Amino acid sequence: MTETLLDIHELRQSFPRADGGEHLVLDGINFEMPQGQIVGLLGRTGSGKSTLLRLIAGLARPSAGSVMYLGQPVVGPPPGIAMVFQSFALFPWLTVLENVQLGLEALCLPEAEIRQRALAAIDLIGLDGYESAYPRELSGGMRQRVGFARALVVHPNILLMDEPFSALDVLTAETLRTDFLELWGEGKLPIKGVILVTHNIEEAVLMCDRIILFSTNPARIINEIKVDLRQPRNRLDPQFRELVEKIYVAMTARKTAPAPIGTAGERTATIDTVLPRVSANLLSGLIETLAAPPFNGKADLPVLADELHLELDELFPVSESLQLLHLAEIEGGDIKLSDAGKQFAESGMDDRKKLFQRELLTYVPLAAHIRRVLQERANHVAPRSRFLDELEDHMSTEDAEGTLRAVTAWGRYAEVYAYDDDSGTFSLENPS
Amino acid sequence: MRVVVPISVGGWARLFSRWDILAILLVLGLLVFLGEASRHLFEPLIELEKQPPSLDPRHLPEYAARTTLRMLIAMVLSLIFTFTYATLAAKNKRAERILIPLLDILQSVPILGFISVTVIFFMELAPGRVLGAEFAAIFAIFTSQAWNMAFSFYQSLRTVPTELTEASRCFRLNPWMTFWRVDVPFAMPQLIWNMMMSMSGSWFFVVASEAISVGHTTVTLPGIGSYIALAIDRQDLRAVGWAIGAMLIVILIYDQLLFRPLVAWADRFRFEQEAGVLPPRSWVFNVLRRSRLVDRATRPCGLLWRRSLRANWLTPRPMVKPLPRYRAGWISFVWDAAVLTAIVIALLLLTRFAAQGVTPADFGTTLLLGLATLTRVLVLIAIASVIWVPVGVWVGTRPRVANAVQPVAQFLAAFPANLLFPIFVSVIVAWRLDPNIWLSPLMILGNQWYILFNVIAGAAAIPAEMRAVGDNLHVRGWLWWRRIALPAIFPYYVTGAITASGGSWNASIVAEVASWGNEHLHAAGLGAYIAHETELGDFHRIVLGIATMSLYVVVVNRTFWRPLYHYAERKFRLG
Repeated sequence: MTETLLDIHELRQSFPRADGGEHLVLDGINFEMPQGQIVGLLGRTGSGKSTLLRLIAGLARPSAGSVMYLGQPVVGPPPGIAMVFQSFALFPWLTVLENVQLGLEALCLPEAEIRQRALAAIDLIGLDGYESAYPRELSGGMRQRVGFARALVVHPNILLMDEPFSALDVLTAETLRTDFLELWGEGKLPIKGVILVTHNIEEAVLMCDRIILFSTNPARIINEIKVDLRQPRNRLDPQFRELVEKIYVAMTARKTAPAPIGTAGERTATIDTVLPRVSANLLSGLIETLAAPPFNGKADLPVLADELHLELDELFPVSESLQLLHLAEIEGGDIKLSDAGKQFAESGMDDRKKLFQRELLTYVPLAAHIRRVLQERANHVAPRSRFLDELEDHMSTEDAEGTLRAVTAWGRYAEVYAYDDDSGTFSLENPS
Repeated sequence: MRVVVPISVGGWARLFSRWDILAILLVLGLLVFLGEASRHLFEPLIELEKQPPSLDPRHLPEYAARTTLRMLIAMVLSLIFTFTYATLAAKNKRAERILIPLLDILQSVPILGFISVTVIFFMELAPGRVLGAEFAAIFAIFTSQAWNMAFSFYQSLRTVPTELTEASRCFRLNPWMTFWRVDVPFAMPQLIWNMMMSMSGSWFFVVASEAISVGHTTVTLPGIGSYIALAIDRQDLRAVGWAIGAMLIVILIYDQLLFRPLVAWADRFRFEQEAGVLPPRSWVFNVLRRSRLVDRATRPCGLLWRRSLRANWLTPRPMVKPLPRYRAGWISFVWDAAVLTAIVIALLLLTRFAAQGVTPADFGTTLLLGLATLTRVLVLIAIASVIWVPVGVWVGTRPRVANAVQPVAQFLAAFPANLLFPIFVSVIVAWRLDPNIWLSPLMILGNQWYILFNVIAGAAAIPAEMRAVGDNLHVRGWLWWRRIALPAIFPYYVTGAITASGGSWNASIVAEVASWGNEHLHAAGLGAYIAHETELGDFHRIVLGIATMSLYVVVVNRTFWRPLYHYAERKFRLG
């Protein structure tokens, strides 16, 4: 029986921008979901995966394209699709039992059935004895179990999971994943398919039958990877490692076609490049780590991520910033320090600043632009809003805000210009 | 507890939007309409048939009960108003644009102004005169309670965390169920806090609302308020003492039987748990919760209640955010038409009103008098701040002291200014002081406590680590105040000062005119003007005075308090 649960066709989501244009979040998304699969949506934060999940859940409407659930278009939250939230989204004023019963009450079932089904779900998910507890009395892991029970109790066909383990500590997350996979494998869960949004590559390989990779800005499907490993999977299994490596390579591959809006992943930045918000401290930290043994200037990204206990999400912006500043190069899942990067690692504080200043003014046109404007003005002062307005012509308000913050922080570190938050102005003077 | 500012602080980019102007028109129009509708009735009103009120303390329990009942009914009405008005404003963008400015203007209208204008209207509405007067009194108390509750509820509804909204939609809760399972619980702690504040505040107006005299119409309703009024009229100090005692007892009973259980119960609704704060306790709540009898009695209601939530006559909303389409055209048409009609009527009434009997000189007078009252309010707030900020910080950084001080301050906040008339009037007369200056403290009397409350809350919220850093670096004396204490409490202080400022304007109508027996003292000010015209029953000048006062309040809020609030939020908000 291979009935299609979900059919997503040419899905597109955009939001209006300040200058009248539109900010594209999702573009050209196509995929089908048969029964019996766990499908992973893998990409970085802000890549629109969560937006996609909300479109599937009927919590938002797409700008174009369609989501068909069991052959019916999704126009509102459909019965049969339930969601587990990253932040649990439990109602703090309801007990565990009441939280679990909520979805059943909304279905207008008789009191007795509600109770019986809720207790069964609580039992299944290992929450016995906690029925009358309030969420605040529970640990993070137990709270997310309530989240699972609440979603499962309505017997949904599709379970949507929005980074359900990312707010938990490593051990708790692992226990919860294992428990879930066990129940799923034994067919004890009243669901026919799962969609898991994650930015954790290993989590995706561990849990999913199929992984869909997303690019950022806007989110497009860049690759689809089948995972044929048998459950339970072992993270140390060479085949497992190979898959992880393969995904890293796919995620760091240079783009073939230029995206309409520049992203930090490209080689060189232009003035309208969206800059990641990474602190100068983090940049120098990564350079130092890369320069030191065992890496000696070159590292495999998965290994580096493991070493630094960073997730994909956290590592990518940092490494891409380095690439943007020509302090490092990324290719085929590897990161390599450039000559400038090596020099940076060996320098003292003052030389580092000088070097960073040079790189910043050469390779980040926005920083050079701000400095030029300040130099041209008689009093060497310019309001922040001037640059923000300029950026907003090219990107969404949110991105413009983030980019300006990033370039402000880098410029401050490099002492290229000063910024006063009280008055909201850039200037060339440094407070003496 | 994060305190909600009682004025609208959204959309601060512009001082006044066109929606504000519309709101002003509508409120003024309503006032004129109510007044016009009852104007011809000013003269021939028959005195209320009643037993003459007595100063015998034996009547006090009955009076207290009646006053309490009025306040309770007003509270229920305020809750109904809050649940409907604020919900509509929070859920419907179209309605929000007019409802929120309207609320902002309404809260600026002096409460006693409402009484002056509406009393005759209400008395005409009811068949029996006493019932009408009761309506008027309850309405006045309602106006002193409802606005800030509605603001608090509206702000809570707008800050319900997205994930909770999404969860409730994902699990297809119907709107009725969402309201009671998500919205109300989330708003509950803040709402209860505001109910307590409203209750305190309304005591101040109980006195005024139970003994109303507009022109030749004098209405006296049996209650603590009219008892106080009579005691002042007859210069009976002992009776004033009895009244204070009765009030104290009623406030205590309220606190123990109503608010404390409510606060203890609402603790479960708090969204984020502050560490190290003991959950509030209430013996009444514990008794109620543990009693098997109560449990058995309430269980059927609970079942029925839950069944109503599950009612399937309310199907889940298909979409919360529909695509912008030109359908639903007729709804928007009807809405626009309704708003437009209301505005045209308001404009007509206002122009006719302005054409009759109000001279430009009157405008000038009220504006000047308003300036006098404004000066008083600002000076008093400044003085009160200098006194209460240090005290509040001192108390707030000592949790044990704070716990002891809170209830006392709460009682003082409820203390009607009239009760201090004897002292003030006697002293001013005996020492031949200038009433223009020495009556002023009465205005801030009940309102200074809001500054204290908020500063205490702010000081208590200073993180222990921040204080430890101060100790560690030996930051002491003035430096400690300048760098740590004052910035940390500033946002709280601003909220308190805004509340106190609004309250002082309101109180000016009572406080700029004081009497004790035959001694009547007047200060030059807008409050005294309104009080005087109310006594004369000059409806035109009453409305003019009220409008001018609203104007002052709104302008001061928009040009001074709102920017200050945003500055404080941006710069000094911790965390």
